[in-house]
Amino acid sequence: MARLNVRDRMQSGFWRGLEAVGIRDARRRWEAQSPFLQRSLPPLVIAALVLVLAWVAGVPPHPTLLGLLAVVYALYLLPRRARRIALPLTVLGIALAYPFLWANELNGTNALFEIPVFKAFPNMDTMVAIVIFAMMAIGLNMVVGYAGLLDLGYVAFYAIGAYTAAWFASPHFASVDFEFGAIGVPEGVDGFHISIWLVVIIAAIITAVAGVLIGLPTLRLRGDYLAIVTLAFGEIIHQAALNGDADGISALLDTKTDFNLTNGAFGINPVDPPGFGSWLSDHLGLPADFIVENGTYVNFVTLIYWSAIGLLLFTVFCSIRLRDSRLGRAWIAIREDEVAAAAMGVPLMRTKTWAYAGGAFFGGIAGAWYGSFKQGVFPDDFLLNFSIFILCMVILGGMGNVWGAIAGAAFLTYLDKEGLSNMAGWFNERDFVLFQCEPVAQDPSKPFSAGCLNAPLLATGIYGSILVLAMLFRPQGLIPEERRQREIEEGVHDEPLMDVRQAPEEGPG
Amino acid sequence: MIGGMTAATVALSMFSLQEGASLGTLVPAILVALLIAMAGCALLNATIERVAYRPLRRAPRLVPLITAIGVSFILQNVALIWKGSAPIAMPRSLPDGSIFTIATCPNCVVYTWNRLFPILITVPVLIGLVWLVRYTRRGKAMRATAQDKDAAAMMGIDVNRTIAFVFLLAGALAGAAGVLFAFYFQTIRYDTGFTIGLIAFTAAVLGGIGNLPGAVLGALLIGLIQAFVEGLSWHSPGPGWTTTVVFSILIMILVFRPQGLLGEQTPEGG
Repeated sequence: MARLNVRDRMQSGFWRGLEAVGIRDARRRWEAQSPFLQRSLPPLVIAALVLVLAWVAGVPPHPTLLGLLAVVYALYLLPRRARRIALPLTVLGIALAYPFLWANELNGTNALFEIPVFKAFPNMDTMVAIVIFAMMAIGLNMVVGYAGLLDLGYVAFYAIGAYTAAWFASPHFASVDFEFGAIGVPEGVDGFHISIWLVVIIAAIITAVAGVLIGLPTLRLRGDYLAIVTLAFGEIIHQAALNGDADGISALLDTKTDFNLTNGAFGINPVDPPGFGSWLSDHLGLPADFIVENGTYVNFVTLIYWSAIGLLLFTVFCSIRLRDSRLGRAWIAIREDEVAAAAMGVPLMRTKTWAYAGGAFFGGIAGAWYGSFKQGVFPDDFLLNFSIFILCMVILGGMGNVWGAIAGAAFLTYLDKEGLSNMAGWFNERDFVLFQCEPVAQDPSKPFSAGCLNAPLLATGIYGSILVLAMLFRPQGLIPEERRQREIEEGVHDEPLMDVRQAPEEGPG
Repeated sequence: MIGGMTAATVALSMFSLQEGASLGTLVPAILVALLIAMAGCALLNATIERVAYRPLRRAPRLVPLITAIGVSFILQNVALIWKGSAPIAMPRSLPDGSIFTIATCPNCVVYTWNRLFPILITVPVLIGLVWLVRYTRRGKAMRATAQDKDAAAMMGIDVNRTIAFVFLLAGALAGAAGVLFAFYFQTIRYDTGFTIGLIAFTAAVLGGIGNLPGAVLGALLIGLIQAFVEGLSWHSPGPGWTTTVVFSILIMILVFRPQGLLGEQTPEGG
């Protein structure tokens, strides 16, 4: 409310200012203009003013920035319904074209403009991570956003997916020699080598089954207990990965065995990189191999990136269709009021288990793909921090909203991979009064030392702050989903029996 | 965890505690560390409650849960900012002479003085807590609020003040536990508290949520299970699997006996 007042006051001040300069009846005449003009002109004027001021101050407008502003302005002008379609398409277009922009940046031809404080745009590795983490965020959004079940062990599905990729597409099981549409490995290398596309499907199915197995015993619990149990499952999976080598399994089973499932703390390395294989290459022209540069294709990372965007689109499509399906509506009913949903005939356990399986399915796809991209799977990637990281994306973007999850993933992944260290670099270059960075005296184990900022160490605190601040001030997220927002405003929750709105502040006692 | 950090700081900086320090230095050092850590953590926890939880008391169930996770991450990071990521070492200050010995060495069990130390602190605290919850007005208000906030408010209980008091108490206890940990294990790190907190929760669930003797029983059982998993040579899987075993127990209990060993049925389980 307060913000609206400020805006109103600024507007009336502006009109009064015009009156004072001698332009009479400015407001009435302006409001008599066509609505299109009223909508289109002010941002143009403001943008022009800002750009001219910046130019005068010595910052000439960058062509890429101008292009971007033009796109944003065009989207702003579109009517609401058209924008709903045009906005995702524009973002998709920019995302698909990004490798070329980045190549220009590397060449130095038509380089991108510098972002203040964060300095650089994300590089291609970060972009791949963004797309894959967005997939995971959408998967988690199904569990947390749609069905309202707080899952703090989502990393378990990521881990299972990644290890599936490592088992079925790597030289890890050296006693077997099995190849099926494999790419990126020469013939005759030991171990399972299955085409990564099949592995992704296998991983998705295995993680979905794991989701059901984890869900069946735990989903009967509610609230805090469910959160803690999922968290415990995440920790168990991490520890199983850490101790899944021959020694650890021997100790657990109390018999000597040579079976090495996860190769312990060293992880499984290398994992086969993706590709489409020679048959698809011959018939459809898809790249046979993501590693070898063959003619028109740019490079490994770009191909992985585009394929990941394909998978992300598939995920988004499934997620939206699921939400609008009978199952999805049942999820939302459970989120809003479990008792009422059960009374209306929604089978609670089955519906919740499907939410788990669905979330796990996409976590598995993303995990397998990321394992293949990094060409290695290591147990320390699967810590609780990662679950919270993904949860943060969902909450920042807006629980229940697919686009919010993607936006949250983009922002937080960039922050995590590059943004924070860029920011620290920016901070340390400057001599602030209290913080004069002495790199020699810096203690790498502390976030602040010798006036230097080591921002990546602040990551957990930043995620925590995002969670707390979002819950306190904007629980519906940055891009709120309509229905969810109404729920929060109207205060739908599980204790409706005696709805005393306000607990007394002071009382005898 | 913050409590342990405080204890380490207090013990090292104020008392410059060293190995084999005399009882005359040790006892005041422990007491002052306890006092400062408990007071500090109590205030910290109450502040957190005021700032982060109280505004959300009427929010949907998911909201305060997420806030709690966020707060725990922030606290961890605060400790990291304060002390860095390297572990803090404490001197071996507790006397480790033997009290009594079972069987003849080398196959003996030696019970040393430093092992008595946690019991010396825990037992009075437990008795005090049981008294507080069972026999005082405050305790009654706490139990009433836990059962039904609205009804408690109608009966004239100041719900906000009661909850704030509980948070004060919980913070003080966590601070005390941190002091014990720092003195006994002699090493503490910014993320020490996390796994311990989870294991503590497991212990509380095993004993039965809302049941203080149950919590202590649960903690004893979990401790024994950990010892069997880690150390005793009898078919033990080894320290690598401790968390897995403990958390599997947690899941089993929540699924099959959500009320815990000594507890009553709660609406959250079952």
